[in-house]
Amino acid sequence: MAAIETTSAAKPEAAARPNWLKRDLLGLAVILAVAAIGYFLFPNNLALLTRILGVALLVLSIDLVTGFCGVATLGHAALFGAGAYASGIAAVHFGITDPLLMVVVGAIGGAVAGIVSGAVILRGHGLAQLVLSIAVVHLFHEAANKASVYTGGSDGLSGISPDPIFGIFAFDLWGRTAYGFAVALVVIAFIVLRLITRSPFGMLCRGIKEDPIRIRAMGASVQGTLLKMYVISGAVAGTGGALNAISTQVVGLDSLSFTLSAEALVMLVLGGTGSLYGALIGTVSFMWFEDFVSAANPFHWLTIVGALLIAVVLFAPRGLYGTALTLADRFRGNGK
Amino acid sequence: MPDASGPLLDQSMQTVLSVGIDALAYGMVLFVISIGLSVTMGLMRVVNLAHGAFAMIGGYIASYATQTLGFGYGVAILAAVVGTIIIAIPVERFLYRRIYGAPELTQVLMTIGITFCVIGIANYVFGPTLKTIPLPETLRGPVDLGFRSIAAHKLFAIACGVAVAGALWYLIERTSFGVKLRASVDNAAMAASLGVRTRIVYAVSFAVAVGLAAFGGIVGAELLPIEPYYALRYMVTFLVVVSVGGAGSIPGALLACLLLGAIDTTGRYLLPEYGEFFFYLAVIAIVCVFPRGLLGRRS
Repeated sequence: MAAIETTSAAKPEAAARPNWLKRDLLGLAVILAVAAIGYFLFPNNLALLTRILGVALLVLSIDLVTGFCGVATLGHAALFGAGAYASGIAAVHFGITDPLLMVVVGAIGGAVAGIVSGAVILRGHGLAQLVLSIAVVHLFHEAANKASVYTGGSDGLSGISPDPIFGIFAFDLWGRTAYGFAVALVVIAFIVLRLITRSPFGMLCRGIKEDPIRIRAMGASVQGTLLKMYVISGAVAGTGGALNAISTQVVGLDSLSFTLSAEALVMLVLGGTGSLYGALIGTVSFMWFEDFVSAANPFHWLTIVGALLIAVVLFAPRGLYGTALTLADRFRGNGK
Repeated sequence: MPDASGPLLDQSMQTVLSVGIDALAYGMVLFVISIGLSVTMGLMRVVNLAHGAFAMIGGYIASYATQTLGFGYGVAILAAVVGTIIIAIPVERFLYRRIYGAPELTQVLMTIGITFCVIGIANYVFGPTLKTIPLPETLRGPVDLGFRSIAAHKLFAIACGVAVAGALWYLIERTSFGVKLRASVDNAAMAASLGVRTRIVYAVSFAVAVGLAAFGGIVGAELLPIEPYYALRYMVTFLVVVSVGGAGSIPGALLACLLLGAIDTTGRYLLPEYGEFFFYLAVIAIVCVFPRGLLGRRS
């Protein structure tokens, strides 16, 4: 009896394993294909594509805490900006101009900012949590503004000149190297995050989002787990910030702004929370659309984004990716 | 008494007094605008980031009424409050009603969306420039209080804050509507089952909240100037006031406004190079110690 049960229990699992592996590899292939198409379709606009990828890392990192852990935050740019400033300061003031090292410094900077802001934000719930996250990003912003000796204050931190990657690929004027570097970073981040979200730790985080009291009753530490996730999220956001610093060679105070935090959250929800694909889709569609419309009139852009947000909340609460999945499921169900 | 310390003491007294008056005026303007937000958030549990947008709409209407139509200040205030409420009713009916009881993230997104729309439309209709609401003659000059003179519009803002606090206190503590409102805040389902028509209570308090926001936007236009990004610039400030004071508590909101107004104004006078650093540091400290706000109800 027991033997039958174990075999029957083991069978679907064995079948499921290659299934998700196949799906992830397919997803990875799609990401690379889209990146390649972007390269060939917009060879004169690689700077924008690189910026999209930097922000995509920020949106992925918000997804980790909001989509997977259920922490509502309007202050995640603090982590992104901390990474950007950490790598920028390392390059300008300490002569660390190797791009890989700069990314590592940025990730560490973001992770440290993650510990600090996580320790503050996780003390509250609901409204208090939102307000704490807003206060944290403003605090970071004002601190960076005041410490102008290191950060350049409101003029921004300029003079970042990264070395060639591996000493071979120099950063060219067209941004080809920067774009390739960005794609590589996003792909690596995606693989690592895929592994983390599928791990028991990732499952624990999802459990906390569903029912924190039950997780505590199971004997797991809710605050400790969330703080760990915040540190991971900070490292991802910091990588995005470092990428931005390397590709644009300047770090501005806007990378620590409330506006960037809010926009990144909007991108995440537009794409769909709780899914890495949703974060990527949301970022690409939002920023491409923004570039397209705001070139015409920045204020029309605000009106359209506002209307779009209201429409998403009313008609597609699971975001573009989630709604597409639902539609695909329904279509498949009808087909049967 | 030593000779030197006399004028020095006098001077520092003057500084303390002018900081105090500015802080009081700023705090009262914050109170008039955000008290409506506090009541609606305590009542409907909606994180409403679009509240500042209604204050901005009020300011724009008042500016239009005085500058283009040539109305007086008092008429403009009335027109702006009524106009803003008329604009807000369909917004409440078709958008807000969908997000009562939804998760915070949904509410944040919906209300940010409304704010963006209002900013875009305001800019389209009125242009990107700063709008002024000319004060009447009586509020323009300084008022001599005997020991020193104070700008009349600041005194007017303080008086408005006191009047709003008093009127709200009367409305909530002494009228039958107030009883229904308090019952709905405490337990909406129980109030509804006892025959309180909570939908009407919600709609009326939303209208009052929006009207107060518009009123505050006009009265405070000298301190918080009216321009398209107003709604975004002060969105956080109003939300912070509610969170620090405790959603749904009038004394809490008053206390929070006076405290935060004092911290912000003192910081601007004494340490202007730090910007709002100490303001947000204080917010973090208060919210960490009092997660439900200074006078929020423990539930």
